[in-house]
Amino acid sequence: MEKWANNKAWFLVLPVVIIVAFSAIIPLMTVINYSVQDIWGPGQSVFVGTEWFEEMLGDKRLHDALWRQFLFSGLVLLIEMPLGVLIALAMPKRGWGVSACLVTIAIPLLIPWNVIGTIWIIFTRPDIGLFGAGINNLLGIAFDHTARPLDAWITLMLMEIWHWTPLVILLAYAGLRAIPEAFYQAAKIDGASAWAKFQYIQLPKMRGVLTIALLLRFMDSFLIYAEPFVLTGGGPGNSTTFLSIYLVKIALGQFDLGPGAAFSLIYFVIVLLFSFMFYQALQRVGKGEKG
Amino acid sequence: MARIELSEIAHSYLPNPKEESDYALKQIHNTWEDGGAYALLGPSGCGKTTLLNVISGLLTPSNGRVLYDGKDVSRLPPEKRNIAQVFQFPVLYDTMTVFGNLAFPLQNRGLPSSKITQRVHEVAEILDLTPFLKKRAAGLAADAKQKVSLGRGLVRSDVAAILFDEPLTVIDPQLKWDLRRKIKEIHEQLKLTFIYVTHDQVEALTFADKVVIMYEGEIIQIGTPQELFENPEHTFVGYFIGSPGMNFLECTLDGNVARVDGAGITLDEKTAALGLKASGKLEVGIRPMYLKLRFEPVEGGVPAQVQAVEDQGSYKIVALTLAGKTLRARLPEGKPVPDGKVWLVFPPQWIRLFADGRLIK
Repeated sequence: MEKWANNKAWFLVLPVVIIVAFSAIIPLMTVINYSVQDIWGPGQSVFVGTEWFEEMLGDKRLHDALWRQFLFSGLVLLIEMPLGVLIALAMPKRGWGVSACLVTIAIPLLIPWNVIGTIWIIFTRPDIGLFGAGINNLLGIAFDHTARPLDAWITLMLMEIWHWTPLVILLAYAGLRAIPEAFYQAAKIDGASAWAKFQYIQLPKMRGVLTIALLLRFMDSFLIYAEPFVLTGGGPGNSTTFLSIYLVKIALGQFDLGPGAAFSLIYFVIVLLFSFMFYQALQRVGKGEKG
Repeated sequence: MARIELSEIAHSYLPNPKEESDYALKQIHNTWEDGGAYALLGPSGCGKTTLLNVISGLLTPSNGRVLYDGKDVSRLPPEKRNIAQVFQFPVLYDTMTVFGNLAFPLQNRGLPSSKITQRVHEVAEILDLTPFLKKRAAGLAADAKQKVSLGRGLVRSDVAAILFDEPLTVIDPQLKWDLRRKIKEIHEQLKLTFIYVTHDQVEALTFADKVVIMYEGEIIQIGTPQELFENPEHTFVGYFIGSPGMNFLECTLDGNVARVDGAGITLDEKTAALGLKASGKLEVGIRPMYLKLRFEPVEGGVPAQVQAVEDQGSYKIVALTLAGKTLRARLPEGKPVPDGKVWLVFPPQWIRLFADGRLIK
């Protein structure tokens, strides 16, 4: 290739390079740097190669947190995706009801995450919470998210679904509204049932927005931190200790920067890998190849 | 197959229509004969699609009844009317194969699968879609997609009529021509009632045996392309059909001479006699191709000023000024090109007289 006589134009890219360097590359490099060293104090460190990675990969508590994390994200996706689509289908299509529904549904998305934890702590408290007290005293079912792992999980799932299904609903609704009227008219003329209409028109046309919803919900739920931290702090026991909570315990609680950095990188690779797989799978469905 | 009657149809999209202008369809009363090839022609927004949706049942009209072979179907939903519709842009079930798309209407009606396979293959053969049957519908070109949409109507052996809503809008010019011919061929082969909505007069005139002209929610003329061309019943038809449209000049009658700002145009006696009985604003109309140009004064010639000459390839269009109005005349190839002052001859047999926009006859 021919060389340019004047390379000054490269300077125009410089601001972006600096921003990306400070926001992504340098922090990531720091993490990589930590992950291969044992650091005792300023200026006192030794290169340890893959030792931290081996240690973390063999860590039983990390394995437990990882399975817990997969179970959590899996349940979240299994519940939120169909529920979001179902609610979007049931929403009104015109009139004042549209704005009323959209605003009501969007409210949970506007609340700061740690405030959500606080709201639900109070809501589910067995002594004074509307939900907690109601279920304990009125229905007579013992429920305490601070003492029983299952109750903690139920509370966490309810909170997550309440908080994030609206995002799926909004995306699915936008996808539904974008389907031209002629498709429904053709389906009517062809005598299609409501289920056939959903299967052959609505669902395929929503594929794009649902891919985005799936990726966002997977990444967010896989990285969940604030809600379980505020609600239970990872307990009772370790029952709600997800990857990020465990990571913070190692890196900030015990100040084990080396293992923490190795853990971060493993975590990062897992999220990237799964997001890529989901994306590829959905793209293939779109092209009609059997995935 | 069916004969479709529209009885006093009117439709408004407003809940409580009061004035005439509230209606998208004002008063439609006509019959579409079984096996006819009709074009529904009119400018955008004149109510063509509304009328089509009333016929197919996608829309229930505010007033009036729709009859198929004498049976009232006004309250029946589209799937009960055995009607098929091809939309402006291809409407397909993307995730299905072409076969799946064609089979879909039959499957919904619970036909046995051997019968479905047979029908689908027959229709695919007619539409030249056989090689694509196993392909995904989403991957087809726009014209093949429109053929699949049409096929979904044709597979139903009981289909009463097929409605086309500007089906060639998204097709490339060359393929447009092919597809239009294909639709015409299918009509000749199957003798179904075809109603074809368009705002393109070339499409309408080449496709249809009968052209229905709509204007502001009303049908203003139904006729063969020739009738529309020679005897437009409304100034709108004269202006809308033909390229360029008919010339109109406001006039007063003086015996059998139409006076246009001092100049006199001689009419034949029958036209003049009818004109004298009519009331309202009078206009003479003449097609550009019948207007004759002379370079020197002639008996009955009206002087006019040449404004511009436009070359259209095999002929030229001359724009002229007469009494402050612009007229257009069609000049055959090889004739000398006029410049400056000319004399226009209006052959009486091609002059039409209109009162308040309606043809006097």
